[in-house]
Amino acid sequence: MNNQRRNVLKTGSGAALLSVLAAAGIITPGMALADWNKAAFDAKSMADTLKAIGAGTPVDSKDVQVTGPDIAENGAVVPVGVSSTLPNVTMVAILIEKNPNALAASFTLPEGTEASVQTRVKMGQTSNVYALVKSDGKFFMATKEIKVTLGGCGG
Amino acid sequence: MSMNRREFLQVMAVAAAGGMSLHSEFALAEKGAAKLYDLPKFGNVSLLHITDCHAQLLPIYFREPNVNLGFGDQFGKVPHLVGANLLKHFGFKPNSIEAHAYTYLNFEKAAETYGKVGGFAHLATLVKRMKANRPGALLLDGGDTWQGSGTALWSNAQDMVDACKALGVNVMTLHWESTYGEARVKEIEEKDFAGQIDIVAQNVKTADFGDAVFKPFVMKKMNGVPVAIIGQAFPYTPIANPRWQTPNWSFGIQEENMQKTVDEARAAGAQVVVVLSHNGMDVDLKMASRVKGIDAILGGHTHDGMPAPVAVKNAGGQTLVTNAGSNGKYLGVLDFDVRNGKIADFRYKLLPVFANLLPADKDMQTLIDKARAPYLSKLNEKLAVTEGTLYRRGNFNGTFDQLILDSLMKVKDAEIAFSPGFRWGTSLLPGQPILMEHVLDQTAITYPWTTVTNMSGEMIKTVLEDVCDNLFNPDPYYQQGGDMVRVGGLQWTCDPTGKMGGRIQNMMLKGKPIDPAKTYKVAGWAPVSEEAKNSGAPIWDVVAEYLRDIKTVKPINLNLPTLKGAANNPGMA
Repeated sequence: MNNQRRNVLKTGSGAALLSVLAAAGIITPGMALADWNKAAFDAKSMADTLKAIGAGTPVDSKDVQVTGPDIAENGAVVPVGVSSTLPNVTMVAILIEKNPNALAASFTLPEGTEASVQTRVKMGQTSNVYALVKSDGKFFMATKEIKVTLGGCGG
Repeated sequence: MSMNRREFLQVMAVAAAGGMSLHSEFALAEKGAAKLYDLPKFGNVSLLHITDCHAQLLPIYFREPNVNLGFGDQFGKVPHLVGANLLKHFGFKPNSIEAHAYTYLNFEKAAETYGKVGGFAHLATLVKRMKANRPGALLLDGGDTWQGSGTALWSNAQDMVDACKALGVNVMTLHWESTYGEARVKEIEEKDFAGQIDIVAQNVKTADFGDAVFKPFVMKKMNGVPVAIIGQAFPYTPIANPRWQTPNWSFGIQEENMQKTVDEARAAGAQVVVVLSHNGMDVDLKMASRVKGIDAILGGHTHDGMPAPVAVKNAGGQTLVTNAGSNGKYLGVLDFDVRNGKIADFRYKLLPVFANLLPADKDMQTLIDKARAPYLSKLNEKLAVTEGTLYRRGNFNGTFDQLILDSLMKVKDAEIAFSPGFRWGTSLLPGQPILMEHVLDQTAITYPWTTVTNMSGEMIKTVLEDVCDNLFNPDPYYQQGGDMVRVGGLQWTCDPTGKMGGRIQNMMLKGKPIDPAKTYKVAGWAPVSEEAKNSGAPIWDVVAEYLRDIKTVKPINLNLPTLKGAANNPGMA
């Protein structure tokens, strides 16, 4: 375990760290809000979300990977990642079919960015998790079921 | 009539003196013992494997299950075979010592004949015997070693830590160990085990940055051959057990990281790559079909004492998958013949540990006696006598679990009771006294609190569906490896082949259907949520109170669900 990094992060000021990242050009102010699609995040169902994004009927693709646990350790913070080897990816979105609002995250990728994102999502129940990727202006999708259980009774 | 074991033996001794041949079968077994344990040396890489002993330092009785169902791809396949089907598959004769070692068949009579199984002093003798003609052999421990007895709980796992060091364990992985908390596990790793036992787990990472918590693998050189031992801890520890006990650790199957670790081990020169796994056998079989470059997965968790490995084909060739049972009952011996950097051939044997056929190792016995001494008066309290066999293993219920359910319903004045489908817990024969130690063998955990909950009929169904999916989800990666939650008071039907939400049917209480909107008083124990800490008296006190009161446990009627779709299943007898 990298205790040095852990301690630096624990003792260091969060604000200072953010300013370092900002200074390095890794994040820029306003970046997060630049492409906020309110209609998509407000949509309830998968179909309405895809419509709001303008994704039509995405094609299932083997070149899109969803990573995450088979069974969530904590439904409140489920680590989910999406990566793709498709060319010119400009957008990656994560949709949770059974969530009250299906769209959990949407990433806008500047040109030349490797299509690989990681985040944490909240899940109230077992659901299919969809990764939506926009490549060369077309939409592609992949899915993985993540189970959310009550726990206990094992072993 | 109720007779304890000592009284029974005395009566039988009198009968024997009268000319009745008491131990003729055992005498034969004793003669056959040399043959049973005479395993000729083979090859140049030897791995000895124990798993899931659940802190049983002394010999015990352990009844194998008569219900271990598999459906879909798992129907009728190892390990989902019981009784005569298992004997037939592995080629053992009925009524043989092997039949007793691997199945429940004829349990009471065979247990009387062959005696107790396991015990670290007897295991130590067997390990020494195997090591004698296998220079450099490694002893691997698959985990669930520190939990399962009163002495392990009260000594904070110290008795097992000391016993494993004395036994000569080289590498181990984890499951219930983690329920002692992160700090205790790391303390043992860094202090007690330093320089002697490596804890390996490629699938345990810090929850924040994903850093490795333990070594993913260790490389050991055996007779000049580099051998990598990769660890796979129980993937669902923070789900099946309380997450608050390991708040900073994240688990999971981590299949991609497993492949990466195998590739790293190969790149580092490993000529043999073995995974020491606590996945459970169905998960191991699936993993073996998808990850390339593993020579063998030595598995545990599901307590399947499988006499022979399953060879699984995959894109990289073949992976052997074994499972070495539970409660110290077996020692797995895997020998590889490695020539020119490649495995040319192998041998595997799962040796049953019959305490009467292996003399106790004196040093180990002394260590065990010393560890138990402070607790003897508590352990030896006689609570009651059982007239029938008490056991736990089986997909749906066991007589010891029924006893726990009956205790909960009586003491907590509840109409329904739930008890977790744990697969550990020893067995008692008819006439044996039930000591406090035996109750602890079924209940000794670090979150033993009892609960009483007012639950809606709808919630009861949700709970049962949830646990049932952990057992019967067709995809092994979504299974958690325990048995079905034991249910008291409630009659129900189970269709294991159904979909989530449709497996639990016809729930009835005292002849009336369960009303989804009505509230029922439900007793249980082993809550995983942090809020339920100290919710009620530890379960062992509740069971002890019940037993002291009734004094004699009549042969128990199991509350079992009506099963659908399980007729003719080779995993049911």
